[in-house]
Amino acid sequence: MASPEFNKLQAMDESQNKLRQQGGETSARPTTNGAVRRPPASREAAPGTTVGQVRARNAFLTAEDVNVHYGDIHAIKNVTLEIGRNEVIALIGPSGCGKSTFLRCLNRMNDTIESARVTGRIMLDGQDIYSKDLDPVALRARVGMVFQKPNPFPKSIYDNVAYGPRIHGLAADRSELDHIVHKSLDRAGLLKEVKDRLDEPGTSLSGGQQQRLCIARTIAVNPEVILMDEPCSALDPIATARIEDLMDELSENYAIVIVTHSMQQAARVSQRVAYFHLGNLIEVDETEKIFTNPRTKLTEDYITGRIG
Amino acid sequence: MAALRGTTRHAADRNKMALTTIVLILTGLAVAGYLAGARRAYASVGGPSNLRRLHSLPGYHGFFVAICCLLPALLVLLLWVVVEPRAVVVLVTQGLPEAARGLSEGELNLLINNIRNLAAGDVVSGQVDAMLTDAALRYTELSRLGRTLSAVLVFGIAVLGAVLAWRRIGTDFRARHKVESVVTGLLVAASSIAILTTIGIVASVLFEAIRFFREVPLTEFLFGLNWSPQTAIRADQVGSSGSFGAVPLFAGTLLITAIAMAVAAPVGLMTAIYLSEYAPPRVRDVAKPLLEVLAGIPTVVYGFFAALTVAPVIRSAGEAMGLAVASESALAAGLVMGIMIIPLVSSLSDDAIKAVPRAMRDGALGLGSTRSEAMLHVILPAALPGIVGGILLAVSRAIGETMIVVMAAGLAANLTANPFEAVTTVTVQIVTLLVGDQEFDSAKTLAAFALGLVLFVVTLCLNVLGLQFVRKYREQYE
Ligand SMILES: Nc1ncnc2c1ncn2[C@@H]1O[C@H](COP(=O)(O)OP(=O)(O)O)[C@@H](O)[C@H]1O
Ligand SMILES: [Mg+2]
Repeated sequence: MASPEFNKLQAMDESQNKLRQQGGETSARPTTNGAVRRPPASREAAPGTTVGQVRARNAFLTAEDVNVHYGDIHAIKNVTLEIGRNEVIALIGPSGCGKSTFLRCLNRMNDTIESARVTGRIMLDGQDIYSKDLDPVALRARVGMVFQKPNPFPKSIYDNVAYGPRIHGLAADRSELDHIVHKSLDRAGLLKEVKDRLDEPGTSLSGGQQQRLCIARTIAVNPEVILMDEPCSALDPIATARIEDLMDELSENYAIVIVTHSMQQAARVSQRVAYFHLGNLIEVDETEKIFTNPRTKLTEDYITGRIG
Repeated sequence: MAALRGTTRHAADRNKMALTTIVLILTGLAVAGYLAGARRAYASVGGPSNLRRLHSLPGYHGFFVAICCLLPALLVLLLWVVVEPRAVVVLVTQGLPEAARGLSEGELNLLINNIRNLAAGDVVSGQVDAMLTDAALRYTELSRLGRTLSAVLVFGIAVLGAVLAWRRIGTDFRARHKVESVVTGLLVAASSIAILTTIGIVASVLFEAIRFFREVPLTEFLFGLNWSPQTAIRADQVGSSGSFGAVPLFAGTLLITAIAMAVAAPVGLMTAIYLSEYAPPRVRDVAKPLLEVLAGIPTVVYGFFAALTVAPVIRSAGEAMGLAVASESALAAGLVMGIMIIPLVSSLSDDAIKAVPRAMRDGALGLGSTRSEAMLHVILPAALPGIVGGILLAVSRAIGETMIVVMAAGLAANLTANPFEAVTTVTVQIVTLLVGDQEFDSAKTLAAFALGLVLFVVTLCLNVLGLQFVRKYREQYE
């Protein structure tokens, strides 16, 4: 685990990206001695204990000992995970392992599911998001979410993007709203394609465009974190590539948590990868390490395609 | 005389029994045919071990024989039952003396009725003379003959059909397909009953309405402002010639429907919103069945609730405020009708809201909407076509509703928009026009058909429009 001193060091550093590019900084970590990094491949993690690097440099969103129950189903078991500022972290794992459930804890969308019960502590920028005096509605504006299936509202393209700013009162007048809508569409890489047809219904766009519209809608409320639940699983490869490029650009301003079933996608877009299995967080580490040198047999089996 | 009565009553009972017996025996024949057919199918391949060589399983061969036995025989029997009484009447009439045959049609009918009654042992009007007794005996005789003939014919056809079918059975005979086409035919026949009945009803309403419009011009009916359908029955009677301007009825219907929808649409919609989005499961589990109970209350119960409970309350409340309220007011009928329609609106709106994909709701909530913002801005607009469709169906229901308005709205055809006055509706007038002793050919009676036609056309349009909305909306999310 990263020591507090290490975190402080990272915080003092003026550029995250620069550090990432250095690539070799991991060798400085106290935990990354050879003995820990290369355990016997058969070693399994005990439930609730995670192998690897759950702490992030410059942590922004922190989940501590999170458990989620749906009635009798124990869907998330003692998960502890930190997500850094400006970090893209990918959650991978077989279907039903709890990736979406964990993601929904981070913006309290689980509150809308009647049977769901969340325990543990989740801190956003040092603030407990499950504390009584935090308004989940306001939280969801800070932690935006993009869903698996593009779900534009049955409104015009303009109104789709303007929806969030309108309900949160982010624009003082029409021209300011116009500005927010254009800027958001531009950042989502959609403006060029739709700027002459902002009055058309959002549902008239292609699947990939709809998903970028949903991303524009999310960033229009100026969130600090963006959660994406398999955002490309309903899209063709070209649309997928566009969204992946977009994620790269967005990571300059936001922390991004993405659930994906595609190893290639995880490898392309993320700096860290977290592997879930049956509600346990098995292993978290730098993307490259997970894919080249997984420490647990479960992770290795999954990324090499032996577990569906 | 008494002896004749005794034997003829006996004969009438036997007549009914004979029919039952024929059908029973036919069924027996069919069962036998089934067994024989199945057996022959087995035999044709030399036993159950070679069953695979049969084109169809033995059961199908059995069914084929049974159908060939039963179906033509039953058709002939049906024909016979329809034709026989007429034929017997014709034959009996021909046997009557010259004088009797010269009677007018009405008198002849009366005579034949008497003959039939005497033969059946029922009360006869007028004098029983020799001619009548003779004719009655002949009637009985012919009926008995007919019965015997029909039995012979029907059984003959049944056996013939069975034998012919039985002989066709063999390894390659496609009994399965034959049975299939017979089943298809039966299903088509069953479904055409409903369709043909509808067409028949529409046609009859249409024809009678056309007869009405020969006496009263269409324009007077549709645009006339005065409705008083009383016509003088006898020429010397004091009374108007009746006036058939239906506008007051349309206005009354519209007023009551508007009041009903003013209650049902908002309350029903809000109920649906609450139950589908806000209510905890426990409340939902109780409230939904309760609403269904509300929908199951007979309208006559709503009717007397309106007339005996709501109307007096409105009247006294109105008088306390210094308003003149009729004891039968449009308001009472409309309010209660609205309550009656709430479950319809709420269940259709509930369906529409439920059909909005969860993703839509999650999308709105994920952007930081409150539940009511998500409902107002995203879910309701998405569900709107379905809700509009549901409300149109409810309007059509309100327009056609009869019992509540008959009991609570009154009969006076006032042309008014004041909900405290008594008004009358199209349905109420149809009821009053047809209840009681009526001369069937008068304009007054025929007016009911014209009103019925208007009602039919309007509700049909509303239903088509409503279903169109609902369907279009379903497509949007599939
Ligand atoms: N709304 C729910 N109600 C009950 N159980 C649920 C619900 N959503 C998910 N689960 C259960 O929780 C587990 C994790 O599901 P999920 O988070 O959707 O997995 P993933 O996204 O990794 O495929 C599964 O066993 C699933 O059956
Ligand atoms: Mg999932």
